[in-house]
Amino acid sequence: MADEPLIYENQFNVQGGNFNDAGKVASHIKAILKGFGIPSEAVRKTALVAYESEINIVSYARKGVIHLRLARDQVVIETIDEGLGIADIELAMQEGYSTATDKIREMGFGAGMGLANIRNFSDIFQISSEPGKGTSLKMIIKWRP
Amino acid sequence: MTETSPIDLSTLVRLLQLQVRTGADRLDRPVRGGYVGDLLSDVMGNSHEGDLWITRQVHPNIVAVASLKDLAAIVLVNGSEPAPETLTKAEAEGIPVLLAEESAFAVAGKVYALITGAVQIAT
Repeated sequence: MADEPLIYENQFNVQGGNFNDAGKVASHIKAILKGFGIPSEAVRKTALVAYESEINIVSYARKGVIHLRLARDQVVIETIDEGLGIADIELAMQEGYSTATDKIREMGFGAGMGLANIRNFSDIFQISSEPGKGTSLKMIIKWRP
Repeated sequence: MTETSPIDLSTLVRLLQLQVRTGADRLDRPVRGGYVGDLLSDVMGNSHEGDLWITRQVHPNIVAVASLKDLAAIVLVNGSEPAPETLTKAEAEGIPVLLAEESAFAVAGKVYALITGAVQIAT
């Protein structure tokens, strides 16, 4: 993939705790991909992983950045946040496990499905985290051009 | 078995006596399926394009989910009133928000029967 030339690259800042704008970056990314004529299945998968990562930053970080790198046959979404981090990644990946507050749950978030969704809808998924520092995710979605 | 054309939103609005709060100009969209849920990640992961989303969640974030997943419309049940911000966002994104007095169970049952053709529609 290192040799695949990029056709588009951008990055978006996400503010922690701002639930009113949650999903804005994902919507923007979806519109960009649609504009490039990416197959709709790949657009929907990318929109989902971007949305779930954005919600995670809003819910558990002070701030974060979502990087978008688009090539002819794949898109890479990479997120880096400064926040709570995850102590036990294996546990956090389990569907239904969540550390969300009541406030977050009242809005319909915190179902403990976000990371599982991201893994299920990505072709390649990497996660690393340092408790108290933050979490980084990398998701790749591929298609036949 | 006879070939039936998919039911559109305006037909569901009429038969289920739904209130149309936003997206009145988009009710010609066909409804091919539905999903019931109040957990946003559940809906993100399991709903499909063109689904009718039945929920009691009224927070503005439901609009982003419906838009990202290309859902046909959101039906709020039990007479729930959407937050004003939800309607503003839905109007801006072109997402129909429909209100039902009935429960999610009743709405889902009727919609299921109609779109699977189990119940014939009198026109």
